[in-house]
Amino acid sequence: MGFPLLTIALLAPIIGALVLVFIPKDEHKIVKAISAFVMAISLGLTLVAYFGYDFAKGGMQFTEDIVWVKELGVTYAMGVDGISLPMLLLTNLIGFSAVFASWNVEKRPKTFFILLLLLIAGVMGTFIARDLFIFFLFYEVVVIPLYIMVIIWGSSKRVTKEYAGMKLTIYLLIGSAFLLVGLIAIYLNAYPVGQRTFMIDKLAAASYSEPFQIFAFALLAVGFGSLLSMFPFHSWSPDGYAGAPTAVSMIHAGVLKKIGGYGLIRVGLLALPLGAKFWAPVIAFLAVCNVAYAAMIALAQKDLKYVIGYSSVSHMGYVLIGLAALNVIGINGAVANMFAHGVMSALFFSMIGYVYEKTHTRYIPDLGGLAHQMPRVAIGFMMAGMASLGLPGLVSFIPEFTIFVGSFAVYPTMAIIAIAGIIITALYTLRALANVLFGPRRPEFDHYPDAKGPEMVPLLVLGSVLVLGGIFPHLILDMVNSGVEPLVSAMMAKLGAAATIGGGF
Amino acid sequence: MDFALFSLNNAWLIPLLPFMAFVLIAFVFKNMEKTASTTAILFSGTSFLIALGVVTAVLQRPELIENPFVKEVRWFSMPGLHITMGQLIDPVAAMMLFVVSLVATLVMIYSTGYMHGDPGYTRFFAYLCLFATSMLGLVIATNLLQMFIFWELVGLCSYLLIGYYYFKDSAREAAKKAFMTTRIGDFGLLLGIMFLQLNFGTLEFTELADKLPAFAVAHPALVTLMGILVFIGPIGKSGQFPLHVWLPDAMEGPTPVSALIHAATMVVAGVYLVARAFTLFEVSPEAMHVIAYIGGFTAFFAASIALTQREMKRILAYSTVSQLGYMMMALGVGSLTASMFHLMTHAFFKALMFLAAGSVLHALHGTTDIFEMGGLKKKMPYTTAFMCIGLVAIAGVPPFAGFWSKDEILLMTKLHGFTDLYYLASLTAFMTAFYMSRMVFTAFFGKENPHNHPHESPWSMLFPMSVLAVLACVGGLVGTPWTEHGFGYWVRYGELHHPEVDWTVMGGSVLLGLAGMSLAWIIYGAKLIDANKLARRAGFLHTLSYRKFFIDEIYQWINKVIVDGTGRFLYWIDIHVVDGFIDGLADGTDWSGKMLRRVQTGQVQVYALIFFAAVVFIAVIMGLMGESSAMALIGGGK
Repeated sequence: MGFPLLTIALLAPIIGALVLVFIPKDEHKIVKAISAFVMAISLGLTLVAYFGYDFAKGGMQFTEDIVWVKELGVTYAMGVDGISLPMLLLTNLIGFSAVFASWNVEKRPKTFFILLLLLIAGVMGTFIARDLFIFFLFYEVVVIPLYIMVIIWGSSKRVTKEYAGMKLTIYLLIGSAFLLVGLIAIYLNAYPVGQRTFMIDKLAAASYSEPFQIFAFALLAVGFGSLLSMFPFHSWSPDGYAGAPTAVSMIHAGVLKKIGGYGLIRVGLLALPLGAKFWAPVIAFLAVCNVAYAAMIALAQKDLKYVIGYSSVSHMGYVLIGLAALNVIGINGAVANMFAHGVMSALFFSMIGYVYEKTHTRYIPDLGGLAHQMPRVAIGFMMAGMASLGLPGLVSFIPEFTIFVGSFAVYPTMAIIAIAGIIITALYTLRALANVLFGPRRPEFDHYPDAKGPEMVPLLVLGSVLVLGGIFPHLILDMVNSGVEPLVSAMMAKLGAAATIGGGF
Repeated sequence: MDFALFSLNNAWLIPLLPFMAFVLIAFVFKNMEKTASTTAILFSGTSFLIALGVVTAVLQRPELIENPFVKEVRWFSMPGLHITMGQLIDPVAAMMLFVVSLVATLVMIYSTGYMHGDPGYTRFFAYLCLFATSMLGLVIATNLLQMFIFWELVGLCSYLLIGYYYFKDSAREAAKKAFMTTRIGDFGLLLGIMFLQLNFGTLEFTELADKLPAFAVAHPALVTLMGILVFIGPIGKSGQFPLHVWLPDAMEGPTPVSALIHAATMVVAGVYLVARAFTLFEVSPEAMHVIAYIGGFTAFFAASIALTQREMKRILAYSTVSQLGYMMMALGVGSLTASMFHLMTHAFFKALMFLAAGSVLHALHGTTDIFEMGGLKKKMPYTTAFMCIGLVAIAGVPPFAGFWSKDEILLMTKLHGFTDLYYLASLTAFMTAFYMSRMVFTAFFGKENPHNHPHESPWSMLFPMSVLAVLACVGGLVGTPWTEHGFGYWVRYGELHHPEVDWTVMGGSVLLGLAGMSLAWIIYGAKLIDANKLARRAGFLHTLSYRKFFIDEIYQWINKVIVDGTGRFLYWIDIHVVDGFIDGLADGTDWSGKMLRRVQTGQVQVYALIFFAAVVFIAVIMGLMGESSAMALIGGGK
């Protein structure tokens, strides 16, 4: 076994959190510096993995295997492939930025950063685990810091922060309850006693009866789907993001909810292809509901965070319809779009967070003309907004285009409705941008400074990814495709085998 | 190496150079005004030189007419989807490269004078460079996706530049409107692209051209559908009815922008797209008819609005919409040559007129109403001369540029059997001459307004205008019916046609143009007829025209009532029904928990009571249904 790169990347924030425990709580600067430092290590190692990934070899790389509970078949198995690497990169990009977006946290910063680092580590763990048990463990680890952070550092607007935190947590837990049943069912059905294992690749290689697949996939779809804010399990998302502090909104909207899409692809599609095929039209339909319904609602919002919250629900519809297409192009688009949306929404939330921190309002009619006082923040807003409406040259256009191509072949009518979503998206995004940034100068904002120093880091990091990913889409798509293509051909092989046995369907 | 050959091989440098200027200005010369504008002009000037090289190279290679020179690289790919970026050079593209890089460079020179002292000076030049990049990238696109990408980017630049004075509410709203309206068109275009990708597996123009004719024979309806969907994009971008509403509002941007983007280059991108994908339309007569009639109607419709407008830039804007209609109509009747020819001459004279209008606005500090101007010719002799050259060019007076191209359009419309459109277009030509003369006579001639203190513009503004003025005078001579190997030989689709000179068409259009100008002179120059009395006589028709047929109001209503209403309604549903259901579930859990809690009182008597009641219950069941079912109830059977 070589250099345990992934474990170190995972442990960096955890060790950072442990070190923070021993730092005096008034040493704010040191707390922040340590957090930034450990996240820089994780990000650096992730970049090494991303650009060191060997395309010719393919498959899982940087693997580590340590048997943990032999009787149950639990292994501490780490590894990344073309699907998990973009997600890992996304986690670290956003995690790194989130530390800087929280630079001005004044209330108990030490506790805040400890929880933040744990949250990031938890999300990271889900993406690099190759063992379903470990995956689930990390998923549950995420819940605790999340809840505490919303309750303590959140903000109450339409709903109280307690309600928001509760809603966020409960949805996560309900989702995980469905997941747990589904995952254990898969575990029990895959192999007889004695050979049982939680290794995802082995579980995927096993064969399951068609009724079981349909049943288990439904459980996974509800569990992962509610995490991905699939209609009608989406209502936690706007309330939750609105209540959460900036860093939590960034991480939750940016990466955490992507665990849903990631899990559906990694476990659902590969292990349960017949189930996926059975439910795909339903998912496609719900996806279109996401796109159109949430976009229309975003039009009616007055709170900036609600606009982006509903927008995030709407964008997840694109991911879902890409998945439901069940072809290479659609799933490539879905994974790439998870990455793109992550970068974009994290940038959006960090900019909103900055404005809110200064002006103490997110109510759109109270804002206006901020481009006068905060030109840099305005640039960040514009970039995130333009990415949100799918402007070519920014990271999200090509993924969306790919999803459209992939799903149009399978569900033409629903794809057309999804494409029509670009009009409504443009409408609410442009309105929000216009009303917040442009218009006459408001003297009451004159004494608020523009972002500078560490506050610029989220804009610089996420903004450059936004542009680079838009101009060079192959940087992401080649990676994604190297993971998706074998996955889809394995899925097709299973479907083909099932078709010959079962006489087609 | 031969410069022309070098340019042909490296035409991709043409868009890249302004991009480098953009990066330099945005990140390095942010606070250095002089350096920023000089960089912009130098880089786009170099672009123009390379574009000239491309034109020279194309003129040496007649084979490029049928077989464009294509060079491309992989952009991204996956199984079933292979997208490239590159350059496609044929005479049409070469002509566009020339026009766009020329006008862009001239407008940048002009802007050094016009924008002098503006606080956003470097930002303005950065946007202009980004626009030049996008527009030139669009021109050399090898496939529909590349075109769509740059198509959206020019839209972005247009949005940024319309909203350049972002502190003005009107500019902000106009920018948003422009983006939204063109977005609706882009939705159609994107759908069309999806259909093409699905049916042909490629978006390359050359490959589509090979595959389309056979496909069209097998699936005529599908081809028509694809054609019309793709055409929705140009309807939005090129301001065709019913998506024309954004273009007049776009005049909120600085005037150099109106000249460059909203007259000479970006708005003709739609026309260019149709020309580029002409194979797609050519195989579907129905789609061609749609294009021809939408174009013809737009030309007439916009002209009828321009008749009564009072703001100088708005009149020019409606005139642009109208002229774009001409170009679309020419494509629809099947003449790529006439359309592209008019595109080129229009770029010259309309950019000239906008720059002249900018010169006036610059001198009058914000007076936009032509009836508050008057007599400008004394103080602004050069600007007046330039505007008059623009006027005779657009009115179709020989030998100025507009005459030749408009004549070609009218001739082709008549030749291809669209007699109704021919009459409509001729009537439009009369109206064009009338409303343009109305503007010129009112603003530049007649009595001076004592409140105005106009002055002639600096040379940096006069020089670009003089270049355009020369082109507006002689630019049409490359395509007269008597020119051998002229415009029509190079820029064409399919076989070479050299139609005979039709003296009735030519004479008719000259007469109509002169008649329009004379009528305008009678009313607004010599004031032999009272314009106000005429307006009152026209009554409702005048109101319709002046209020732009109330189309803005209708769209506003749809937007406010239907779209926003649906949004609010769905939000209500989301909170009270979807979320209400979930909250209800939570409350239900809460409630049942509270209920069940009551059972656990901790009092032994209560437990004993329950125990006893259960025994009685079981005994009753046992008595009624026999022993086994009661056992099943308790122990779950067996």
